[in-house]
Amino acid sequence: MKFPVPHDVKGKTIPGTEGWERMYPYQYQFVSDDPQRNQYEKETFWFYDGLHYPEPLYPFDTIWDEAWYLALSQFNNRIFQVPPVRGVDHRIINGYVYISPVPVKDPEEIGRRVPNFMERAGYYYKNWDELEAKWKVKMEATIAELEALQIPRLPEVEELRVVTDGVGESTGYHLIKNYDDLINLGIKCWQYHFEFLNLGYAAYVFFMDFTQKLFPSIPLQRVTQMISGIDVIMYKSDDELKELAKKAVALEVDDIVTGHRDWADVKAALQGRRHGDEWLAAFEKARYPWFNISSGTGWFHTDRSWNDNLNIPLDGIQTYISKLRTGVTIDRPMEAVRAERDRVTAEYRDLIDNDEDRKQFDELLGCARTVFPYVENHLFYVEHWFHSVFWNKMREVAAVMQEHGLIAEIEDIWYLRRDEIKQALWDIVTAWATGVTPRGTATWPAEIEWRKGVMQKFREWAPPPAIGIAPEVIQEPFTIVLWGVTNSSLSAWASVQDVADPDSITEMKGFPASAGIVEGKARVCRSAEDIRDLLEGEILVAPTTSPSWAPAFAKIKACITDVGGVMSHAAIVCREYGMPAVVGTGHSTRVIKTGMTLRVDGSSGIVTIVQ
Amino acid sequence: MGSALMVEEARLAPGIDSRAPKVCFFEDCNKDSVPLVGGKCASLGELINAGVRVPPGFALTTAGYGQFMRDAGIQDEVNGLLQGLDHDDMDKLEAASRAIREMIESRPISIELEDLIAEAYRKLSVRCYLPAVPVAVRSSATAEDLPGASFAGQQDTYLWIRGIDDVMHHVRKCISSLYTARAIAYRIRMGFPHEQVAISVGVQKMANAYTAGVMFTLHPSTGDRSVIVIDSNFGFGESVVSGEVTPDNFVVNKVTLDIIDRTISTKTVCYTADLKLQRSVAMEVPVERQNIQSILDDEITELAWMAKKIEKHYGRPMDIEWAIDKNLPAGGNVFILQARPETIWSNRQKAPATTGATSAMDYIVSNLLVGKRLA
Repeated sequence: MKFPVPHDVKGKTIPGTEGWERMYPYQYQFVSDDPQRNQYEKETFWFYDGLHYPEPLYPFDTIWDEAWYLALSQFNNRIFQVPPVRGVDHRIINGYVYISPVPVKDPEEIGRRVPNFMERAGYYYKNWDELEAKWKVKMEATIAELEALQIPRLPEVEELRVVTDGVGESTGYHLIKNYDDLINLGIKCWQYHFEFLNLGYAAYVFFMDFTQKLFPSIPLQRVTQMISGIDVIMYKSDDELKELAKKAVALEVDDIVTGHRDWADVKAALQGRRHGDEWLAAFEKARYPWFNISSGTGWFHTDRSWNDNLNIPLDGIQTYISKLRTGVTIDRPMEAVRAERDRVTAEYRDLIDNDEDRKQFDELLGCARTVFPYVENHLFYVEHWFHSVFWNKMREVAAVMQEHGLIAEIEDIWYLRRDEIKQALWDIVTAWATGVTPRGTATWPAEIEWRKGVMQKFREWAPPPAIGIAPEVIQEPFTIVLWGVTNSSLSAWASVQDVADPDSITEMKGFPASAGIVEGKARVCRSAEDIRDLLEGEILVAPTTSPSWAPAFAKIKACITDVGGVMSHAAIVCREYGMPAVVGTGHSTRVIKTGMTLRVDGSSGIVTIVQ
Repeated sequence: MGSALMVEEARLAPGIDSRAPKVCFFEDCNKDSVPLVGGKCASLGELINAGVRVPPGFALTTAGYGQFMRDAGIQDEVNGLLQGLDHDDMDKLEAASRAIREMIESRPISIELEDLIAEAYRKLSVRCYLPAVPVAVRSSATAEDLPGASFAGQQDTYLWIRGIDDVMHHVRKCISSLYTARAIAYRIRMGFPHEQVAISVGVQKMANAYTAGVMFTLHPSTGDRSVIVIDSNFGFGESVVSGEVTPDNFVVNKVTLDIIDRTISTKTVCYTADLKLQRSVAMEVPVERQNIQSILDDEITELAWMAKKIEKHYGRPMDIEWAIDKNLPAGGNVFILQARPETIWSNRQKAPATTGATSAMDYIVSNLLVGKRLA
């Protein structure tokens, strides 16, 4: 399969964006001035990582891309030595990230890597629980360090203590150092992110692979169902909302909690009331850490957490209170989920023809179940908890820059690369120390205005789903399980591109994630804030969902997402609630409008616009 | 091995225990009833006992057949006509067959036996809420399902028979099918004594199919045992069985019973009953219905549930014929007409999917090396 040549795509610069390359690290560019690199880039298959980046990247947000560029690759290639694949290479065109798994081509080299991989990956699989416990300690320590990190404002005069304690360091030095610490903590957090993830996904991939060999027609949702019902902390935040709803009813303050749509009003009404303060204390207690949950994937500064917008958890609590009042149980039906999981697993197992395959099935299922909690839980620690705190620390950095006139608005900081921010802070502290005006006050505001325009043009550009030359075989586990790169997905990506008039589409296909058929009215929610508008019995149409969307699932009767596979949040939750879900439709939020009548078939993955 | 079994069965049958019931409802039969009611009726009884809905009916047993032959007093005459026949002399065989069949078909059934059959038919009609229920009358041989055992007679089937007189008449026709020229020749060749073979006749309510078809409890193209694959078309199942139309096709998950794949085809022809001709006739499906799904989702689920039950009962993949009755209300209108073991995949030796790896780690490494082909 052949796709456009990367350099041709890049060559067609969008008018008015000339020079955009400086917004991203230089190694991310497709080049034409280096024949060797140019040749490699041309012969390589690059696909657009739409799964993680539905929008062009802000220069600062590129930090997490750099972080996983390093972390995924190092674990694959330098730590575990996955035999046939090195790392995953990255490029950016017009703000969109393209990635490519790098194969090991020499069979002898692959052979040399096998014993290493067996020893190293084998060690992790064998000692998984012990190493995971260790991981949790490391991760919590990293988050504690982040939370304790101070971004100091530069004083007119240093405190006398600096002299009397013989500190010998200025706040200016600490500003720069702590910014470095902040960035380093972020990079470290992503080192841990990938410590187990490659192996976890490999265990998944090959359990799915083997099950599909045994049962070619088995829906993936049934494979993943066999790994369901395991308690993971990813659901803890939602459980906290349920507990708060129950407590509000028990303390008879539920009328007040549901009395206002704004948290500030609810809080004011509760304060000083009988039991009101008790409930408020429980609410405050639940916030740390459980409200450090992003309303998006957590990958972008635009994804705010519940703690940033308490109206989101409030809305969830209100939904649960109204369920409780009508006598509906709000607890996750874990017993039923487990019973059904065991029934489904046992029936499939009984259908296996021979003992050899049954033994292999047991082994791989056991392995997949072992890795499952990590594969889910890391998201809470890294993408939600760490990131939520991290973005706000960065806003503190932005406040310093704003105070010194380098940026006009706090949210302007995201238009700078992380190394440019470091330079700007140097500019600020040296000018502060010296008592002059930072040079950046004259340069950054104009540059940021220009970058805003560029970003807008990037948003209007449609990135081709793939460029370069597709290989015959893909061996990198992430590429297969996470991005689902197959022939059919490639052509599906292509067809999404070709849709000129979204209004002409009446049917869409995605992954059948949770079985069942329903018809109902659509509600398009682009962010977790929008779920407040959801009405009972509507069909949720979202770009993707995350744990912060959990309360929405108590109201809806089906869910459709643009992005995600059968292990995505929406898929897992819908299976628990026993409602249909079609995920990874590519463009449902673009095609479907609120109020349309939809038919959702979660068994075949087809969404039909009825009217 | 097959023939040894056959001989035994054949000898069991004609001993004709005079205390055995002459008429027997299907639900009172099971797989051990073959000597009494023949393979077809026994298997219907077996299905009913497995908890599957089958169009109701009864059998004139081999004991009933024996009684008929005794009452008619023709056994000696028949034996005389068969004496000294050569299995290669088709002309003589045909002549003897004609004479015997005429004799059987013209003899009245004794009052006692007629009363038994008439009573069973009346009960069946009452059960179906019809004054004279249309039935299929067919021979059910005691050894027909055994390998190579086609000696018992042709598979005579008479459809849309109504009223006791017509039923009696066709029962006699089925009995006489034991004496087709081919059946006689076969017995001579194999050395089976004619007086020791017996036949049973099944009388079964006609399923007035709105929709019918076949299903397999595995995927016919991959052998995947985790699915049930259903083919369906409007009318009787003939159009599906014969391959005259491309039927609608459904793949149902055997474990969860949800429909995971559906293909709705353009169905141009279907079969419906011509009550006058007493047979089914082909008709064109009206254009506006040709592309409509020929079966409701709930019916698909019920069929799959039944298929799963049948497979479990027999302990092996099955090939099943089914129909949905247009005269009965939902919830009681899905019927199984026939079920037999699936043979193609079941006889194939499947290689294990595992590549000899035992631990999860070995499997992961060996498959990592293979990778996933894009093409």
